[in-house]
Amino acid sequence: MEPHVTTHTLTVRGLCATRGSTPVLRGVDLDIASGEICALMGVSGAGKSTVLRAIAALQPFSEGGIVVDGFALQPGPVPPESRLRPLRRKVGFVFQAHSLFEHLTVMDNLTLAPMHAQRWTRERAQEVAKGLLETLGVAARSGAYPRQLSGGEAQRVAIARALALDPHLLLMDEPTSALDPARRGALGETLSALAKQGRGLLIATHDVDFAQDHADRVAVLAHGVLVEHGPAHDVLANPTHAATRALLQATKVSP
Amino acid sequence: MLVAQGRWDEVSKQSPERTFYRAKQPDPDIPLTFALTKTLLLRAAPLGAILLLVACRATAGDVAAKAPLRWGGDAEGGAPFVEADASDPSRVRGFDVEIADLIARGLDRRPQFIQVAWASIAQSVERGDFDIGLSGIEDRPEVRERQSLTMPYFEFREVLAVRPVDRDRFRTLSDLAGRRVATLGSTTAYQILLDEQARAKVIPVSYDDDVHPYTDLVAGRVDAVLLDHIIAERRLRVLGGFVIQPEPVATGHYVGVLAKANVALRDSVNTILRERMRDGSLERIFRSWDVWDDAQARYFARMLADTTVGAARNPSTGATSALSYLPSLVRAAGVTLALSLLSMLLAVTFGTAVAAGRVYGSAFVRGALTVYVEVVRGTPVLLQLFVIYYGLSGVVRLPAFLAAVIGLGLNYAAYESEIYRAALEAIPRSQLEAARTLGLSEGQILRLVRGPQALRLALAPMTNDFVALLKDSSLVSVITVVELTKQTAIYAANIGSWVVPGILCALVYLSLSLPLSRLARRLERRWSLT
Repeated sequence: MEPHVTTHTLTVRGLCATRGSTPVLRGVDLDIASGEICALMGVSGAGKSTVLRAIAALQPFSEGGIVVDGFALQPGPVPPESRLRPLRRKVGFVFQAHSLFEHLTVMDNLTLAPMHAQRWTRERAQEVAKGLLETLGVAARSGAYPRQLSGGEAQRVAIARALALDPHLLLMDEPTSALDPARRGALGETLSALAKQGRGLLIATHDVDFAQDHADRVAVLAHGVLVEHGPAHDVLANPTHAATRALLQATKVSP
Repeated sequence: MLVAQGRWDEVSKQSPERTFYRAKQPDPDIPLTFALTKTLLLRAAPLGAILLLVACRATAGDVAAKAPLRWGGDAEGGAPFVEADASDPSRVRGFDVEIADLIARGLDRRPQFIQVAWASIAQSVERGDFDIGLSGIEDRPEVRERQSLTMPYFEFREVLAVRPVDRDRFRTLSDLAGRRVATLGSTTAYQILLDEQARAKVIPVSYDDDVHPYTDLVAGRVDAVLLDHIIAERRLRVLGGFVIQPEPVATGHYVGVLAKANVALRDSVNTILRERMRDGSLERIFRSWDVWDDAQARYFARMLADTTVGAARNPSTGATSALSYLPSLVRAAGVTLALSLLSMLLAVTFGTAVAAGRVYGSAFVRGALTVYVEVVRGTPVLLQLFVIYYGLSGVVRLPAFLAAVIGLGLNYAAYESEIYRAALEAIPRSQLEAARTLGLSEGQILRLVRGPQALRLALAPMTNDFVALLKDSSLVSVITVVELTKQTAIYAANIGSWVVPGILCALVYLSLSLPLSRLARRLERRWSLT
């Protein structure tokens, strides 16, 4: 994996989005460098998921621009899937609920897209999938169906599936919400390893401890505006904005 | 003989309580004076001339004191047998009506008409719905076995009707090898065709009424019609476009039918019929309905010369044994199964396309498909079958089986499409978004993710539909396809009982539907475990 140290994997400028007539994002700027883990923080409803979905072209935005590894998204309706093919290879998305395909085994979940969207042979797709499942420690479950997996296993399979096309940018929505503390640590180590391979990781979370331990940088969203942005230690140790302090306050209650 | 042009009104036909003579008959237990008072009161009621007549008779003699002679017939059979009077639909007319009057007069009773579906007359009289059935009922061994029959009062000829161009080509049944020959189900003519199926290789096509065989003959769907000469001649006058071959295929007789045990009444009726045959009353009736000819005169002369006729004939004239119907029942089960499978295949294929169109299509496509679904679901499948088979015959002349497959298939496609649409829309959006972020196209998502998951949801309702289709396939007998239920009805009519045919038929349906339900349950269980 070639590390992309010089360029930004993701550039977001002046991103505005609305839900109906209500503004959800009001001018968000964000950069992710290769090999960097950025935690996008904020209370529920702050707009974290909307940022992720706009970057993955799952929803339209009204103003601003997004560039992923040279691929630009414009304001307006989401382009047809045929024009998004380059983006799909560059961006991996891990959903909060995993969204594994219920009717397919773990192995088939991983090989579906490479075989059908990328026209890989079954052998190649399975070889890559096996490698990813091993790296993530779930190789033994490759014949299982999603319903037979534990929450942690399902999440690692979902990460493996998102990595099958070797994306430069990995988006994750609340990855720790269903994990116990031990699993949280393991996930952090996995993500650090992925970043070391040269990927950019943007992780929407309100888990302060997780951000503190594993993120390089933290961006705090409040009411659709980026209120604080900087190295994880600085932001979380010396919060300057009320929203960040409220976030810290809320999580300090539960250890 | 004969029957309805359409069958959706059969419900009303089958109500034997529907009496056509409105005159309420005094109960025999009520004292005569009261009965007379009541009759006089009735005279004031605005019920038309027949009431006056009834009342006059009641006062003239003591006819009213006796129970009326309830006689059953089918007014939808039409003239010259029994037809509703165009000027007063509550009255019936026809030669059978006049013969009933004749018999009732001879018995010193008043006739009371009971409407009953023609094919059910024998069973209905056995149940006691009325005393005697008179409606162009044929003297057939199967009926003779089960019921008491009066002496024959009319001899008819089974005649072939063909298109004018075939006049010289199709003279007898032997000329019609490999050809479709139409007739009315449950008749002597149909039995003749079934017998000729093996011998002369004709293809019998059974109808539920005596109009469509002739319209289909003219339209070219069948090559000949075999039916009673008085029906053929009447259709020729009304419809035209065909010719009747002069040489009869067979002769048969019309009789009155009574309950098996009702021998006493049967004998009285025979005495009356013989007397009226002798004194010319019957001849006058037949002449007035224009069905008297030299052949009939010769037949009457023969009957009057032979004193043994009219007494109970030897009933052992070979009613077809119950077992002999089994092969045709098995064949009919095959028709039902093939029809259901093909219709379901069409319903699933077309239903999938309609569902996809309604979920993914443009506003116009969605609108058009919604109209299709609502029209098909909002109208009876029986009506749709009629329209496809008879209504479209001016544009495209579909063979009956194909019309049945298309009719049932397109009807069920509407229901299937609703199931699939609901199932497609039940797949969580996150599954579709996950597929999109992996770079799958919309088509691939439908084929690889959304479709397979929706199929699991749709399976149970689909199985229900298929079982329902299996049973609804019995409706196609209205467009001449003989499937399991129709064959069972023929079987039951011929042996005069529903018990054995009914049980056999039910067993066949169950043996087709139960494995299906089991298979669906197993698939469901397997998929729900994963």
